[in-house]
Amino acid sequence: MQEIKREILTAKAAELLENGTVTRVLGWKRGEFDYDVTPAVFESAAELEEGFVWNDFCGANFSKYLIKETAKGEGKVLVFLKPCDTYSFNQLLTEHRFDREKVYAVGVPCAGMLDISRIKESAEGVLAVRTEGDQVLVDTLYDGTLTLDRAELLPDRCKHCKSKKHVAYDELLGEEGEVLDSHRFDEVEALEKMTPDERFAFWQNELSRCIRCNACRDVCPACTCEKCVFDNPESGVENKAAATSFEEKMFHIIRAFHVVGRCTDCGECSRVCPQHIPLHLLNRKFIKDIDNFYGEYQAGAEVGSRAPIVNYTEGDLEPGEAVKRGETHA
Amino acid sequence: MQVNGYKPLIVAFCCNWCSYAGADLAGNNRLNYPADVKIIRVPCSCRVNPMFILRAFQRGADGVIICGCHPGDCHYTSGNYYTRRRMALLFSMLDYLGIEKERTRVEWVSAAEGAKFAATMNDFVETVAALGENKRLEDLRCKK
Repeated sequence: MQEIKREILTAKAAELLENGTVTRVLGWKRGEFDYDVTPAVFESAAELEEGFVWNDFCGANFSKYLIKETAKGEGKVLVFLKPCDTYSFNQLLTEHRFDREKVYAVGVPCAGMLDISRIKESAEGVLAVRTEGDQVLVDTLYDGTLTLDRAELLPDRCKHCKSKKHVAYDELLGEEGEVLDSHRFDEVEALEKMTPDERFAFWQNELSRCIRCNACRDVCPACTCEKCVFDNPESGVENKAAATSFEEKMFHIIRAFHVVGRCTDCGECSRVCPQHIPLHLLNRKFIKDIDNFYGEYQAGAEVGSRAPIVNYTEGDLEPGEAVKRGETHA
Repeated sequence: MQVNGYKPLIVAFCCNWCSYAGADLAGNNRLNYPADVKIIRVPCSCRVNPMFILRAFQRGADGVIICGCHPGDCHYTSGNYYTRRRMALLFSMLDYLGIEKERTRVEWVSAAEGAKFAATMNDFVETVAALGENKRLEDLRCKK
């Protein structure tokens, strides 16, 4: 269960709407089911009372939504940010993508969200999901109530949570957290230890499922270009069916490369992927390489930092050496 | 160059201020390098967007080499330093995806190094020819 209750968030939002600090609230509302929570804008206490949701499925990172929401008009926007969202928030400020003056950010502690697809692996016909301590109780249509281990149901980004610390906020609900030692590069290292053929087979298997829905691009807080290279009708791939099982790799390499040094590792790409492709493993490889080659760098940790990809030193290592260094397999 | 009847297609991005002139010098000195190398002149090695490299592979190239000024000698002061970082990350990523790392290379060749240019191209074409056709990065939808 999340530490902060829904009522505290709605009360805070209603209070800020009431005293005129903000005119709109970016929050979560119920989708078709309890577990498909969707982002929404609330403009009154009554709307909040009726629709606002705060549960274990409020994964959406609102940083990117601020770009369009703040541009809509006068008045401040209240936004609820989880610790990982605040990194994207800072990164977008660094890139001057929205006006800080038009945002009132409230930090919300996060105990990790749940991955509904992991729940569905062991429960059929999910009706409702409740958390009690380390257990998750799942009401199902056919098998009554199932009890599952919460740690098993976390999405990968929460399992390897990098930080419980809010790096940006106007007001914080609950306690200030810490930056964690997350072991988030373990999976990347495991892949690096494979032979090139094994790695190729791994990625061929994963990326062949891609249906090019562009959800990873649309949700990514680092992908905020007004005109995107992937919307190019001349590219030759737009209207043709898959020819090989590894056909979309170019898209994924470029997508990951475009956010090098700006990706805060928020994990939204993997969360929204309808095909469950572990896209964060591509981004993490770049983050790990940057840490190895050019010194540790966390995008969004502070506003205005200069990313390693737009910087250099005279003694940088050569591309040929970089490949040798990245290669840890036998 | 042919290996078992197979001729590789190599794309070389050459900086206008050094490697392109180096290729010219190689020609003036009657130094041989394989005709499989197709040179594309760019104003600076940092003009090469990583997408260009992938696009070349997508359209049927078997190897891509980028030639620029030696670090410190960039005509625009610092372009090749950026190339170096970008390509280090891109090549490392290609290796991570299990793509043969010998198919991509960055080489620093000055305008005075005609011999180095020819030697580099001979070596690179030989390496790629030995690897054979580019299968892992091809995209049948884009091939003519």
